[in-house]
Amino acid sequence: MINLTVNEQPVTVPEGTTILQAVRAAGVELPTLCFHEGLAPYGACRLCMVSIAAPRHALVASCAYPVEEGLAVETNSPEAVSARRLALEFLLSRCPQSEVIQEMAAQEGVTASRFGTPPPERAEELCVLCGLCVRVCREAIGAAAIGFIGRGMERRVGTPFDIQAATCIGCGACAEICPTKAIKIEDRGNKRILHTWHTTVELHKCPQCGKLFAPEPMAFLGEMFPEIEEQWALCPECRRARTAQQWVEQRFTSPA
Amino acid sequence: MPLIPQPPPPAGGALLARLHAINAEYGYLPEEELRRAAEELGVPLSQVYSAATFYAAFSFQPRGRHTIHVCLGTACYIRGGEKLLEKLESTLGVRPGETTDDRAFTVETVHCVGSCSMSPVMRVDGDTYGRLRADLLPRILRKYREQEAGGVSDEGM
Amino acid sequence: MKVCSRSDLETLRAKGLSTLYPSRLKVSVGMATCGLATGAAAVYDTLRDEALQRELDLMLVATGCLGYCQQEPLVEVRMPGRDRVLYARMTADRARELIAALAEGNLPTEGALAIIPEEKEPPAGSKPAGGLPRLNELPFYARQRKIILRNCGLIDPTSIEEYIAQGGYEAMAHALLDLTPEQVIDEVLRAGLRGRGGAGFPTGRKWQVCHDAPGQPKYVICNGDEGDPGAYMDRTVLESDPHSVIEGLTIAGYAIGAHEGYIYVRDEYPLAVERVTQAVARAQELGLLGENILESGFDFNITIVRGAGAFVCGEETALISSIEGGLGEPRPKPPFPAISGLWGKPTVINNVKTLATVPVIINRGAGWYAAIGTENNAGTVVFSLVGRVANTGLVEVPLGLTLREMIEGIGGGGLNGKAVKAVQTGGPSGGCLPARLFDLPISYETLTQAGSIMGSGGMVVMDENTCMVDVARYFIGFTMAESCGKCTPCREGTHYMYEILTRIVEGKGTPEDLDLLEEVARWVKMASLCGLGQTAPNPVLSTLRYFHDEYEAHVEEKRCPAGVCRALIRLAIVPDLCNGCGLCRRECPAGAISGEKKKPHTINPELCTRCRICYDVCPVGAIEIVR
Repeated sequence: MINLTVNEQPVTVPEGTTILQAVRAAGVELPTLCFHEGLAPYGACRLCMVSIAAPRHALVASCAYPVEEGLAVETNSPEAVSARRLALEFLLSRCPQSEVIQEMAAQEGVTASRFGTPPPERAEELCVLCGLCVRVCREAIGAAAIGFIGRGMERRVGTPFDIQAATCIGCGACAEICPTKAIKIEDRGNKRILHTWHTTVELHKCPQCGKLFAPEPMAFLGEMFPEIEEQWALCPECRRARTAQQWVEQRFTSPA
Repeated sequence: MPLIPQPPPPAGGALLARLHAINAEYGYLPEEELRRAAEELGVPLSQVYSAATFYAAFSFQPRGRHTIHVCLGTACYIRGGEKLLEKLESTLGVRPGETTDDRAFTVETVHCVGSCSMSPVMRVDGDTYGRLRADLLPRILRKYREQEAGGVSDEGM
Repeated sequence: MKVCSRSDLETLRAKGLSTLYPSRLKVSVGMATCGLATGAAAVYDTLRDEALQRELDLMLVATGCLGYCQQEPLVEVRMPGRDRVLYARMTADRARELIAALAEGNLPTEGALAIIPEEKEPPAGSKPAGGLPRLNELPFYARQRKIILRNCGLIDPTSIEEYIAQGGYEAMAHALLDLTPEQVIDEVLRAGLRGRGGAGFPTGRKWQVCHDAPGQPKYVICNGDEGDPGAYMDRTVLESDPHSVIEGLTIAGYAIGAHEGYIYVRDEYPLAVERVTQAVARAQELGLLGENILESGFDFNITIVRGAGAFVCGEETALISSIEGGLGEPRPKPPFPAISGLWGKPTVINNVKTLATVPVIINRGAGWYAAIGTENNAGTVVFSLVGRVANTGLVEVPLGLTLREMIEGIGGGGLNGKAVKAVQTGGPSGGCLPARLFDLPISYETLTQAGSIMGSGGMVVMDENTCMVDVARYFIGFTMAESCGKCTPCREGTHYMYEILTRIVEGKGTPEDLDLLEEVARWVKMASLCGLGQTAPNPVLSTLRYFHDEYEAHVEEKRCPAGVCRALIRLAIVPDLCNGCGLCRRECPAGAISGEKKKPHTINPELCTRCRICYDVCPVGAIEIVR
């Protein structure tokens, strides 16, 4: 176990914990955009900056910094506060239409940006380039359907050649994980349209009730988990019904 | 571990080497070649495309027969590299990144070719020209045009 | 042939000596990129053709770079038994004359720059024949001490035998056959060698951490992604002495327990890629790389990776991700690469110059090396002295020399006798230091305290014709274009600083802009993810600190004191001086100049783009920059 302090309050956390986790364990909140428990630390949005006073003085991104014995973390040092505010002010200037950013900024006391507005072609921008969608698609799903394109201010997320991504399974994890709701997905008829990715996948029809519910490309999961393959084809409701029925049958046929 | 099993990563540097090879063969990166590279290397296409769009060395547009790189490294910049570029733009009628109508020249800028002591510097294909002045450009361009016309010019700088 | 022992090395050494010091006439042409850029290839061809025609028995060799780039193309002539003579600024015509003289047995002194004495240390007080200075007596060379550049320009870079003749691969043999990895690390640690890539981290300590780190396999990487504009020493070493890097990398591999090494070379350096590829192949062929090197039981292989034009890949974690096959995108540290690097395994990354130094330390000992330079700043550093300075070139000096000794002593002062205003060190990550600080001794710490950095050793000299606001904008434009875009401060911050600086150079800036600029610059420096972003504001902060008056002139008086910023200047022809030669009219890219032959010309301000080409080409100085 590692002992450290967060705003002078002692905290003990397991080795390998990040400062962010330790800070949250101490009941102190920090804003984050690019952080997710299920994915590797990324350190891109720079919202979770904190000061460390010992063993050396530095400003660090808490989400990516592993705790060390004797670390003294300050979440409200003037540098940390100013670094977080400037990051939010710049993100507000990048995505003035984003309600999520507006709220986060307001919580840090930033209500307007001194850094101008995006050019007309990006006026509706909602993407803050936190990379969660790219990472969840690659690291957690393994589809790697989307990636970063270009660099610097030109950097954006997209599919190769900005056309239908052959490896997209339509799972929607990208939209689910996006902190600023920048990814547009719509189920229309027997199709799931991932507007942001110029990609459309077929939806699977429940053989029992006929309801469209899951993207066809995800059928491979059934094969991967043979113990559930039989139920895989069913929509969640029919699956529940089937499970309940099995449970009842089992209960009344086997000795109690 | 991701849900979908992944092939092992390619050998170190293999993707960059492949992109260089494609770019050298075609002068740019054709889509079908990138798709083939992804398949053969066992790398997601999105990763190939990310790398292809990230690096300045790669192009998605066919190039002219000669590529001119005007160096805008620090030493060249403060010794007049911009003037070379301006003169080149007006002589060839193209902006950086563009190709002349006759497809003879593509003009690019580069952040330092490491010949700073010879600044300002320009590179045409593999040849580096140092200690340049705007008024020397026409002679250099002529050399490449003459080469194309079949007349071999060995005019040195 | 396979080199299996020290005596095999001796055989190769004898072969190398026979070409380094042949018993017949030898002419060497400096054919690294600098030489080639100024016509060395044409000189070489002329020498060859002319010698053939005159049936002159001649060994013609392409060597690398001697560092005195100002004087390129350089040609060295060695007549057996006589001091070597170095000719500067060679042309095809002069090459023809040289061959004619040599054919008659003469060694002309005309056009000669210096002689290189055949004996290492000629008797004190002796004067060479012909009244020529010795190379090491020229002001450009007098203060230099060559360790990293020891072989550059002296040997044929494609000859492993010549490298061996100069003592090459001796250190590798010593390390592999006589020393334990721990002893190698200890030697480097005690030598006090610090990373020559710019940050100055102790090399031995880095090796120690990686050596001790759990995990296999381990990797060593040579960082040859020299992206700083204005710096080209890594290119020179890779082009002119590639085996020194290969030897250093192999020793590093042995020290940390790695069997695989990478050399990552910048894409803009095609000749360096070619030379180092050839050198690795040759070392493999001879068994100096590969399995069971020198029958020591140690295996080591090297892969060359060619970069693709991304400055950020000079940052070690970005370089690693580039090798792994993706974007050159940095990742947070810690963990440092020595613990978790390539493919998540312990990895040492060292700069080209650091690795080129290692064999010398192993050969001559830690004590010898530590005695050079100053305390905590041991050894030598290579600077590329360029920009508006009289003598341009690569300079290797012991740490501790002052900036003045560099710029005025070695560099010979400003270009065309103009007063030097500032020097920019460390490339886009460094800062601009004013002339009044030129008595600072050069060390990692002094430069950092002054607001710049040592960096990779770029030293760009600036004079009254350089606008410091424009320079700051230039650098931020550079880092903006090279930012990978991953983290918010570097991506958004550099872009915004560029916007402010553009406003200022266009005469639209306000005094408040200067405060905003500084606030954003400090944030980008503090909050960015990697070294690129953390140092990107240095050119802005250092110019704000030392050249605030120039910023004020731009925002308050809408005036550019250096006469550079286009929106703030006007070009005019002084009628009394103009002789109507028409050169400016022909060269003006905007067609803004008109006038009759032999009559004073005029500039149409509506069409004029203020590029100042006319100012450069006017033979009589009739163009005036109105500030």
